[in-house]
Amino acid sequence: MSLLSWYVACIQALLILGLAPLLIGWVRRVRAFLQNRRGAPVFQPYLDLYKLMLKETRVGHTASPLFRAAPYAIFVSTWLAAATVPLIALDLPTAWIADIIALVGLLALGRFFLALAGMDVGTAFGGMGASREMLVSALAEPAMLMAIFTLAMTAHSTNLVSVMESHLADGFILRPSYLFAFFALILVALAECGRIPIDNPTTHLELTMIHEAMLLEYTGHHLALMELAAWIKLLLYGVLLANVFLPWGVGQGLDPLTLGRGLGILILKLAILGVALAVGETVLAKMRLFRVPLFLNLAFLLALLGLLSHVILEVGS
Amino acid sequence: MSLSLVLIAIALALLSSALSLGAGREVRIVRLVATPLIGLSGLLACTAGLGILATGNSLETVLPLGLPWLPWHVRLDALSGFFLILLGLVTAAVGLYGSSYIRDLEHGRDSIAALGVFTGLFLAGMELVLIAADAFVFMVAWELMSLASYFLVAFHHEHAANRRAAFLYLLIAHLGGLAILLSFGVLAAFGAGFGFESMRAAPLSSTWASVVFILAFIGFGAKAGLVPLHAWLPQAHPVAPSHISALLSAVMLKVAVYGFIRVVLDLMGEVQWQWGVAMLVVGGASALVGVLFALVQTDLKRLLAYSSVENLGVIFIALGLAVLFLSTGHPLHGALALGAGLYHALNHALFKGLLFLGAGAILHSAHERDLEQMGGLLRRMPWTGSLFLVGSLSISALPPFNGFVSEWLIFQSALQSWQIDSGVLRSLIPIAAAVLALTGALVAATFVKVYGVAFLGQARSRHVRRAREVTPAMQISQGILAALCILLGVLPTAMIELIDQVSAQVLHLGLLQTSAGGWLWLTPISPDAASYSAPLTLVLLVSLMAGIVWWLRHRIPRRIRRCDPWDCGFAPPSPRMQYSATGFAQPVRRVFAFFFDSEEARLDPLEPAPRYRLRLDEPSWRLFYRPLAQATYTAARWIVRLQSGNLRIYLGWTLGTLLILLWIVS
Amino acid sequence: MTLNALTLLQQFLILLAGLSLFVSFILIAQPRLVAAIHSFAWQGVLVSALTLTAAMTNQAPPLYFSAGLTLVLKGLFIPWLLHRLALRLGLEGHSETLRWPELVLLAGVFLVIFSYWLVEPMVERELIFTRNIIAVSLAVVLLGFLMMVFRTQAVAQVLGFMSMENGLFLAAVSATTGMPMVVELGVAFDVLVAAVLFGVFFFQIRESIDSLDVDRLNRLAETPDVEPMLSEEIGE
Repeated sequence: MSLLSWYVACIQALLILGLAPLLIGWVRRVRAFLQNRRGAPVFQPYLDLYKLMLKETRVGHTASPLFRAAPYAIFVSTWLAAATVPLIALDLPTAWIADIIALVGLLALGRFFLALAGMDVGTAFGGMGASREMLVSALAEPAMLMAIFTLAMTAHSTNLVSVMESHLADGFILRPSYLFAFFALILVALAECGRIPIDNPTTHLELTMIHEAMLLEYTGHHLALMELAAWIKLLLYGVLLANVFLPWGVGQGLDPLTLGRGLGILILKLAILGVALAVGETVLAKMRLFRVPLFLNLAFLLALLGLLSHVILEVGS
Repeated sequence: MSLSLVLIAIALALLSSALSLGAGREVRIVRLVATPLIGLSGLLACTAGLGILATGNSLETVLPLGLPWLPWHVRLDALSGFFLILLGLVTAAVGLYGSSYIRDLEHGRDSIAALGVFTGLFLAGMELVLIAADAFVFMVAWELMSLASYFLVAFHHEHAANRRAAFLYLLIAHLGGLAILLSFGVLAAFGAGFGFESMRAAPLSSTWASVVFILAFIGFGAKAGLVPLHAWLPQAHPVAPSHISALLSAVMLKVAVYGFIRVVLDLMGEVQWQWGVAMLVVGGASALVGVLFALVQTDLKRLLAYSSVENLGVIFIALGLAVLFLSTGHPLHGALALGAGLYHALNHALFKGLLFLGAGAILHSAHERDLEQMGGLLRRMPWTGSLFLVGSLSISALPPFNGFVSEWLIFQSALQSWQIDSGVLRSLIPIAAAVLALTGALVAATFVKVYGVAFLGQARSRHVRRAREVTPAMQISQGILAALCILLGVLPTAMIELIDQVSAQVLHLGLLQTSAGGWLWLTPISPDAASYSAPLTLVLLVSLMAGIVWWLRHRIPRRIRRCDPWDCGFAPPSPRMQYSATGFAQPVRRVFAFFFDSEEARLDPLEPAPRYRLRLDEPSWRLFYRPLAQATYTAARWIVRLQSGNLRIYLGWTLGTLLILLWIVS
Repeated sequence: MTLNALTLLQQFLILLAGLSLFVSFILIAQPRLVAAIHSFAWQGVLVSALTLTAAMTNQAPPLYFSAGLTLVLKGLFIPWLLHRLALRLGLEGHSETLRWPELVLLAGVFLVIFSYWLVEPMVERELIFTRNIIAVSLAVVLLGFLMMVFRTQAVAQVLGFMSMENGLFLAAVSATTGMPMVVELGVAFDVLVAAVLFGVFFFQIRESIDSLDVDRLNRLAETPDVEPMLSEEIGE
């Protein structure tokens, strides 16, 4: 762990902040195109953030201090979680601070505060959002950890850098377990990021909201932080899918050329994922809440089959 | 030195008991002298435990008590020391807390003196169990602990439900005690002696070893509240006074864990993989059932009691992993799993103690246990609220708190299952890990519900609106436990070095790699395979948060304005519009409907005051207890036929028994 | 054995086996009948592709023929037949929900582990690759059986039966590079006849009990406790 790699880690952390709004803008843009709308420019989310930062922040009379602290806690824990995923360079010292289980834990920490913040003002919608969010996450988390375990048991490590390194060292291998885990993680990502078919990020239709219901009372810079945290989470799952399962292209050195190439390939991968997400959101309809367990059961089944096919098919004793 | 400290601690607990007995009308003695003595006894026990873990040797002596040919052996080793630390930390906080807490009870109808007497005996029993070195002392102390705690559970005995709960507790505790006694009996028969030393040398065939294991698992499992013998726990723990609930949940259940480890890993030594599978299954079932029932409770203390079932399940999953690794010839990973289990036991003692004390604080100041009546307590009781938040974050296994560290360690040891040769075990262990993951996420949901409904939002009833912060002593005792939760979360390496002594003593080897990277890094297997740095996580979280706050203040100075909540523009929210605890749990209840025997009745919505009724029962009653009771009853009816009333028939039975016995003896 | 030691074709073989197992699970959990028939078709295609891959790795020309036969029969013809039957029986919108899908799937997972446990001590170290695929095939057979136990709809049960046959075929292909051609033709013919016969039976069953729910077949039993129920319904 040289000093240079710490610098690169800082650059990657800042890059996350820069890329997250871009990804969401891109997804929205593609979606608008697919739905024959003109849509906002790709850079609109940056402007949204700027606008929210300038606006006055209001807090309900009934809110406790936790309400004001929560946006910071949510933002920081999500950001820190994202900062442990190798983005453009493989040699990432922050990955040693928190391995992939700790990453899931950090995301859970953010979610805990998000749900509490939803309940804090004492409105009906906030409680509804919190209750549903905890249900979805309770079902998604085991699927996510099983998918991760598949990776970890193949690489004999829970450290993302080691996982990717061992994957790169193996070269291209058709692993049924990785295929299953990949699809399981896609389903989990859809659920955790509140995308269609689990939750509609653009809705304010009261009875179908999950994520939005918890943000209802937030305004101004609080809302800006919460929104940015949600976008970072989307980016985080995108990078997990793109870089951990297909680690080719992530820079293995620290020279500017490698990093630049890593960035280019990463943006390309994310653009493709964004298009896939937009297509999916255009084609699929939102599920009603009590279909969500079936959806996440499928994710869990996929993850479990990934693990079993690893144990049964890929290793022998 | 350390051993005599423990003996002094036991003497202090007995002294506290005696003082309470002699208090008579002066009930203040209980509050001012006897309860602080409990705390002091805990402190001494903790010091003794630390002392023995620091030196790493073991001390033993023979007490001039007991039967003439069977003197009491006591021994203090690393395993006892670790559990003494656990007991001491919680008891010290409870002692401080109790003296304020029981002030309210002095005006009640129940006898404070009895509370003091049995608290002292209870503590003395637990401390004696931990240092017992022969089966005789162990069983005497064990029964002292069980009986004293029975009276504590029955403290508010004017309610029939409490008496019933206490009786159920007594019944299951004694069935468990019987199983433990039998397991010691087998060990003593093969080892020719009641001392643990001779039991350790007992040459057991694998069948008899399994018999001992099954008996010990039933006995200690019943005490630890494992499914399906858990039914007493959620009934008995909540009805005791809150500081006693904390002792019951945080400490007494761990004494059962101690007994199990002592018998299975220390006295028997040779373990079999089937035991590990049984422990994984029972532990997983306990974890899942415990958390699901915790989630749907509306009584705060009962919710915490169910959550204890869950946590004990998690501990037994870890111990099961340890047994699996030990039996398949991977002692290093077995030591890791054992360490993770012990770490979780300590963590659970701390955060469950903290949460029960917090629940007691709410009960003390708002006179309310029902979540549906609470709300907005964070603004009324800011210290209790903040400390309860620490407890909730810890129990939900969130970084950088202590619950996360132990859960992380358990996951890490489960992930080492690729080393095991048997493919079946390799695929079963990750499934147990998945159960653990599901449990963890549901725990988070549970404590979001508890904290959100009790401390956030608006008060749902008048007496909760009038709640005020509790006394400084109660705050400090919660603060101690909260600080320990954070400390153990942030500096796990120091604690693991202490736990290392335990595995060094029990398994004769330590965790080599855990702190290979220094105190900053937790690397249980190797730095390459997994690493977690809790201090850095905390520093990064806090500094980033401070940085952002500073940056926002600096860049865009502004005021925050208070306004009415928006709530999508509906009418200004009233407390009755908030999500209730039952409502919060409804989606999970519906998804996991299989685990509940529920009866839901909605009356006609057109009525002027429609009411919603919900009854939740445990399937364990239908599936396990009732058939068992029925079978017992049938057997009794069959046996009662012997009771003909004819004296000569009785004499005939006696003669027959005598003949059979003589035949066996000859 | 590690995966890196295998050729790409062998890895592909493993991948296909894994996918067939996945389709078996989908078959169990899929509530919509038509979608289940489509999943069954996909399983047929996967088995055929696996046979083709096995033919290429083992240089066994007869397997090319089996692959083609499987594709035509199980990937296209039988699904088409069943689909047509479902349409003619008016079942295109039919869906049945399992009572506890999670538990059935969990039972399925344990069947997979169980079949691995059965097969694990069976063969020599050199044949681990084959053994692993046999474990999966056995799991596919057992899962087909599980499906027959838990699904109440007669057509779905037939799907379970056919997917059992897929599992057996998988085992035969991976273990012995295919059965003798005569046997294979015979089995294929049997399956075909079975499919046709099942179709006839569906109509018969529906005619006699007005439903394809096999749970209702117990009405045909001549036990006394069923009688009142019948008369009650006639009374209505």
